[in-house]
Order: sequence, then C-alpha cells, then structure tokens
Amino acid sequence: MMSIIESSEIFKSFGKTKALNDISFSVDESEIFGFIGPDGAGKTTLFRIITTLLLPDEGCMKVFGKDSVKDYREIRKNIGYMPGRFSLYQDLTVEENLNFYATVFGTTVRENYDLISDIYSHIEPFRKRLAGQLSGGMKQKLALSCALIHKPGLLVLDEPTTGVDAVSRSEFWEMLSKLRRHKITILVSTPYMDEAMRCDKVALIQEGRILAIDTPARIRDGFTRKLFTVKSSSKYKLLNVLRKFPDTLTAYPFGDSVHVTFVNDKINDTFNSFLEKEGINDAVTGESEAGIEDRFLELMERDDK
Amino acid sequence: MNDQAIIVKDLVKKFGSFVANDHLNFEVSPGEIFGFLGANGAGKTTAIRILSGLSKPTSGTVIVAGFDVYRHTEQIKKNIGYMCQKFSLYEDLTVKENIVLYGGIYGMSRNLIRERLGNLLEKLRFREYENRIIGDLPLGLRQKLAFSVAVLHEPKIVFLDEPTGGVDPITRRQFWEMIYETAERGITVFVTTHYMDEAEYCDRISIMNDGKIVALDTPGNLKRQYDAESVEDVFIKIARPG
Repeated sequence: MMSIIESSEIFKSFGKTKALNDISFSVDESEIFGFIGPDGAGKTTLFRIITTLLLPDEGCMKVFGKDSVKDYREIRKNIGYMPGRFSLYQDLTVEENLNFYATVFGTTVRENYDLISDIYSHIEPFRKRLAGQLSGGMKQKLALSCALIHKPGLLVLDEPTTGVDAVSRSEFWEMLSKLRRHKITILVSTPYMDEAMRCDKVALIQEGRILAIDTPARIRDGFTRKLFTVKSSSKYKLLNVLRKFPDTLTAYPFGDSVHVTFVNDKINDTFNSFLEKEGINDAVTGESEAGIEDRFLELMERDDK
Repeated sequence: MNDQAIIVKDLVKKFGSFVANDHLNFEVSPGEIFGFLGANGAGKTTAIRILSGLSKPTSGTVIVAGFDVYRHTEQIKKNIGYMCQKFSLYEDLTVKENIVLYGGIYGMSRNLIRERLGNLLEKLRFREYENRIIGDLPLGLRQKLAFSVAVLHEPKIVFLDEPTGGVDPITRRQFWEMIYETAERGITVFVTTHYMDEAEYCDRISIMNDGKIVALDTPGNLKRQYDAESVEDVFIKIARPG
C-alpha cells in the first residue's frame, strides 16, 4: 500500500527556535492520523510544510509520492486544507464561498455534493447568509465543506476543535469518521488528549519532537507502571498529602480522582495510616487502567530529565 | 446580610429580541471554585461581561463582591481579577515590566508592587525570566504568569475564561494547583473550560444551555442525578438536543 504522506527527518527553525526537530512518520491511505500536542509544539509548522506552504530547512516530505518542494503544484490540487483560523471570505455568502472553492479547483458543487451532503445539509438553510455572520459551529461546517468540495485525496485539519464545546467536538469527530468510506485520508491536529482515541494512529508531539507514534491503544498500553486512583472529598489536600508520601513517584489530578504511581508498583502497608495521620479520612483507593493522557504525562516527564 | 461573593437573581440580558441570559439565578461563596460551563453560544461570555462590570443587565439583581452592577461598576473592577484564553499580558514588555504595569493600573503602591513582584518570581521560580520579553516565553509559563497577574492585587473574585486552552497536560495540572491554592486563600474562582475533566476539579458547576442555567450542583451530585460516569456524560446528556 502506498503511503499518502512520507516525512523523513524534517527540520525547521525560525531564528533560534527549533520548531521541528527530526520529524519522520508515514500516513497510510484512508487513515485518520492525529497529531496530539499543546500550542507551540510545531503542529501548524508541520502542516504548512505538508501542504507545501512552507519549505523545510532539511529533510524530505513526500505527499502522494511527490516531493513537497519540487512537485508542489500537483500536491496542492489534491489537498483540502482547513487552517486553524477561519479563513473563508466573510463578505461572501455560504453558497458563494462553496461555489468559489469548487470553481478554483475546476469542479462544481453538484459533482461532489454527496461527499459534503452530511455536513453541508446543516448549513444549507442559511446558504444566503454572509459567512462572517455564521456562528462558530456553522463556520466550522462551512470550512470543512469548502475543504472537501474538490474531493481531495488528503484532508488536512489544523486544530478544528480548539475552543469548541464537548458536544460539538463529539459531533465533529462523527463527521470525520463518516468520511472514511470515501477513501479520504485525514491528517488532524488537536490539543485535546481524549480525541486521540478517535484516530487510527497518533503522534504525540512536544517542542518540535515526536515523543511517540503508534495506534492510540498501543501508545496507551505503553504506560510502564501500575496505576492507582485515590479519591477524597478534600481534593487539593489529598494531592499534597500524596506528594509527601515517601513511596509516591507521581501524583496527577484526573477528573474527580488523583492518579498515582508508587515505588515497586504497590501500595505500601503504611499508606492508609499515613493519609489518616495527615487528615485524609475518606480516601478511596483503587487500581486503574492507564489512559493515553497518563502515557503522555509519563513521556513528558522522561523528556524533562 | 448576605456576604456571598456573587449574587445573581433573575438576571436577564437581551440584545434586541435575542435573549442571551434568561433569568439566571445563582450564588457563589467566598473561596469557592465555581465552574461555569455551557456549549458555545449558550450565553457564558455575556454573563461574565455583566459580572465583571463591563456590561449592564436588562433586568434582575447582580451583586459582585458586595457591589451592585448597576451603580458600582468601578468598585467591582477594583475587586476582581480577569484572565481570558487569549493572552492578556503585553508581549513586547518583560515579565517585570508587565507586573509593574498591572500593579500600577490596580492602584497598588510602589512598595507593595515590589514586594509582590519578589514573592511571585520566587513562587513561580521565575527569577531567570524577570527581564525576558513575554513574547519569548513558552505558552505554559505565560499562562501561569497571566493568572498571577490577575490576582496580583488580591481581588475578592477572579474570573478565568478558558485559561488552559491549548496548554500541555502537565502545565494544565500545575495551573489548577495554582487555582486551588488561590481558593484556599479565600479568593473566589469563577472559571469556564471546555475540558470536562477540569470541571470535576470545581466545587460546584453550572451548565448553561440557550441562555438558561439548566443544571447547578457539585460534580458528584450531578453525576448521580444524571446517572453519568463523568461530567462529560452529564454535559452531553444536557446539551445534546434529543
């Protein structure tokens, strides 16, 4: 099977800042591939190189088997790109924007309507409205429709769900999964760890370097320690007490509990009496499976040392 | 005498015929961490602008830090801190210059500013960054500094509007530890977030939908009430129509 993207040892700096540091990965056809990492990790820079908008300092980027520097014209014809910032024409209507993008790529809305109908049908009632006057969720659907209207082989989505509420985020991912049956490869970036599990493959990226790259399940299962959860009604106090306990390796708040790892992966006999002595009388302790965020935290810590 | 940090009774805010806030009712206690959740467009920003004295209600009673939002907005502004998701410090000033600038705006004395500056740099282990330009700092550090500046004048209430958007998971947790510590000092924290696991860190949360508060309780009680595993499940049950 041909790789849709083949990135080999890509480096990119802006002045003293190393934005990308030895980035290698490949993306297969029809895959949803996620880059997961915080702001400033290098996600946008990488996406701009893939979409041929930026030249790498070193390394080779191949998209559809073509070189991103030499063959950029051919690559561009077959890419749909949705940048992080809304960049459609605010003073054109919904319909005009869609027609414009179709025309630029030498096609018509009718020809590829079935591809976008699921998404576009939500905003079609507002087709005469100016794009600048749409709500955030509708803008996102229009931007996705415009990125898809020429039936690209590769869809590149830069943080499509940042600042979007939990319900709309979940709906957005359902739309992406449906695109799979049209054989469109999707490259997507996000700062939300929980979205990693929705991808076929993910790369965890931090400060321009890839910390891990695999299926989300295998990344999660790479967690090396036994994970315990502790709950108490005094959350902040519990966290501080856990950090004081001599056998504690790490203690991070996760939702309503604290995720803890211990020396030798077991809870020392003195643990409960230690908590009580420190004033935590209602602690409930259990074992837990690690999630992908636990693994990311583990990789980041190792990276610090 | 009601000494709650925030009192909201029947707050209504209309823009033309559009009702952005539809009879909101809630109170927040001193030192409480109150999570203010809701889908995009539910009316959260409108309410926060009213609570911080930037906008007047159409009707209803709103008392913030003991002051009435119709008559005493200047008093309210002196008694609150505010930080939003978009960065609120001056990027081309240094760390120290930003702190001195904000201290001056808050009307703090030179001595007090100097003292707080020292404490802050010490606490955040920020000494080495004192004379660095904000624009050169990593996002995580900037957000922590922006939060510290928002509480520099020891306000009664601090409003945080998506303070951890785009921040890495370790920094996000360190940020919440700063929130906990602030609340322990008695400062009320009023926070919005799209990270549902963070909602679980709050003492109480409210969930807004179409301008109304449709749920308000501790995360634990809401999970029991909606028979949900997590606050995210509660949120989806409430905010997803049908």
